[in-house]
Amino acid sequence: MIPDCQLARFEIRLSGTGGQGIITLGRILGYGLAIGHGYYVSQTQSYGPEARGGASRADLVVSSEPISYPKTETVDLLVALSQEACYKYYRFIKPHGALLIDTTLVTQPPSNIYLGLPFTTLAAEKIKVPQAMNAVVLGAVCYYLPFAQRAVMRKALEESLPAKIAKLNVKAFNLGYTEAEKHFGPSPDAWCPRPAESVLE
Amino acid sequence: MATPRKTKKQVLFAQGNEAVVEGALLAGCTFFAGYPITPSSEIMEEMARRLPRSETGVFIQMEDEIASMGAIIGASLAGRKVMTATSGPGFSLMQEHLGYACMTEVPLVIVNVMRGGPSTGLPTSPAQGDVQQARWGTHGDHPIIVLSAASVQECLEMTVTAFNFAEKYRSPVILLLDEITAHTREKIELPLPGEHEIFNRVVPSMPPEWYKPFEDTMRGVPSMPPLGSGYRYHVTGLTHDVMGFPTQQPDEIKALIERLFRKIDQFYTDIMLVDEYLTTDAEVGVVAYGSVARSAELAVAQAREAGVNAGLLKLKTLFPFPRPFVERLARSCKTLIVPEMNMGQMSREVKRVAASLTHIRTLNRIDGQIITPSQILKAITQG
Repeated sequence: MIPDCQLARFEIRLSGTGGQGIITLGRILGYGLAIGHGYYVSQTQSYGPEARGGASRADLVVSSEPISYPKTETVDLLVALSQEACYKYYRFIKPHGALLIDTTLVTQPPSNIYLGLPFTTLAAEKIKVPQAMNAVVLGAVCYYLPFAQRAVMRKALEESLPAKIAKLNVKAFNLGYTEAEKHFGPSPDAWCPRPAESVLE
Repeated sequence: MATPRKTKKQVLFAQGNEAVVEGALLAGCTFFAGYPITPSSEIMEEMARRLPRSETGVFIQMEDEIASMGAIIGASLAGRKVMTATSGPGFSLMQEHLGYACMTEVPLVIVNVMRGGPSTGLPTSPAQGDVQQARWGTHGDHPIIVLSAASVQECLEMTVTAFNFAEKYRSPVILLLDEITAHTREKIELPLPGEHEIFNRVVPSMPPEWYKPFEDTMRGVPSMPPLGSGYRYHVTGLTHDVMGFPTQQPDEIKALIERLFRKIDQFYTDIMLVDEYLTTDAEVGVVAYGSVARSAELAVAQAREAGVNAGLLKLKTLFPFPRPFVERLARSCKTLIVPEMNMGQMSREVKRVAASLTHIRTLNRIDGQIITPSQILKAITQG
């Protein structure tokens, strides 16, 4: 599939606490954008030596051109799933960037301009499986990214997970997508620069 | 009528570590022995999954890194293409056997995914602190081949190259990655079979009774039969004669050690691999390797936009040090910048060959973070 947006280093940071499935989320989002949509994607991770707890982070660079520097310095989209991560990375958001938080866990947003859904509560109450929280986030992120398509991302999610938990995660993904549809406005126009006419030929 | 085979390349979204495994299997690796350690563990995990499924593959988890080296040396002598993977602390344990492999000329590949050190250091953070250890870690005067990779696709390609060099020159080859390269996920294309040239060690063509295991040849690389194939010979870490038995004779010692060096030295042009990016008209040169080379690539592009003629020399072979390329760049640039995640290990080499030709500026970072493009850009624009 030919992507509609001509991206030059669109940078996403997923951040939170170890054990929330941040890196898995990054891997699936990256897989969907790279294999499903055909973009160049580079996904890096940063985590502590702990098995649970501690800060965890996954950075993605999405581009229509090959990527040189694989990490991010400033980001277009910051997803913060813990108060600490929100404070720590808020200042790295670019001028047209957006902040997406888990309103269950981030009780003090550093700005009143933000996108938020109670991901942890949604996963625990609607899906009944708290571990599916990252799939709910994936759904919401997929809705908000103008260059990500729901069907493609859902397929990526299914392909990345063992069969026995795939169905549940797809349910969580759909929940995240529809909740975001209800509560989020359209994403900034600057996020999807159209290719120049000459490029199309 | 035969229908033409569909030759579409398989595309993966894979980590550097996974790409190393793909490269190793492509190169014909059938034996892996190791001990898991962050950030190299995914290599071992993937090998544990893949090797037992192949026809002749053997995977062993050993009790430590010393034994891992012992196992792969033995398997290589028996005719296998072998690999192990580790990180700093394990690499230190491997040094003794690494020297044994140099002396007995056993082809093998060691992947060292560098993390912060010294000692257990920073298990999950990147560094480039093992560069000089890879060159000089084992005792005694020895030549060695050390390679590096910057991207996931390059991890695959350089692993194939590492196996080829090991087999071609009967030498241990070290592939130095860092945590970022090893854990970055990117889209890669698996090469089609036959796309990469694969070298296998030369086996003797003479009858067993005529075979001299460490005889000098034109290439300096003796032929190597698998143990158990009828060619009986002696293998020792002691300085040996052409029949493989210990010797104290100065002329035989000299011949052996000089051949060990010559077999690498005379093929410098084959072994020294670099990538040049915008270097033809560069006034400020950056010499980098591993993940830092990718920061440098972006910094060079940004410097060009800002009107500074910058260029990047990315080292893919670290040792033997690609001296001719560095010298050529040094002659045309007024400054060379050497960014690296250590206190200046590769810049020592750059200074050694280019200090008299140009101004050399080091850029070091040892806090467990990658050197960012903006740091390098600042160094380029401020001169």
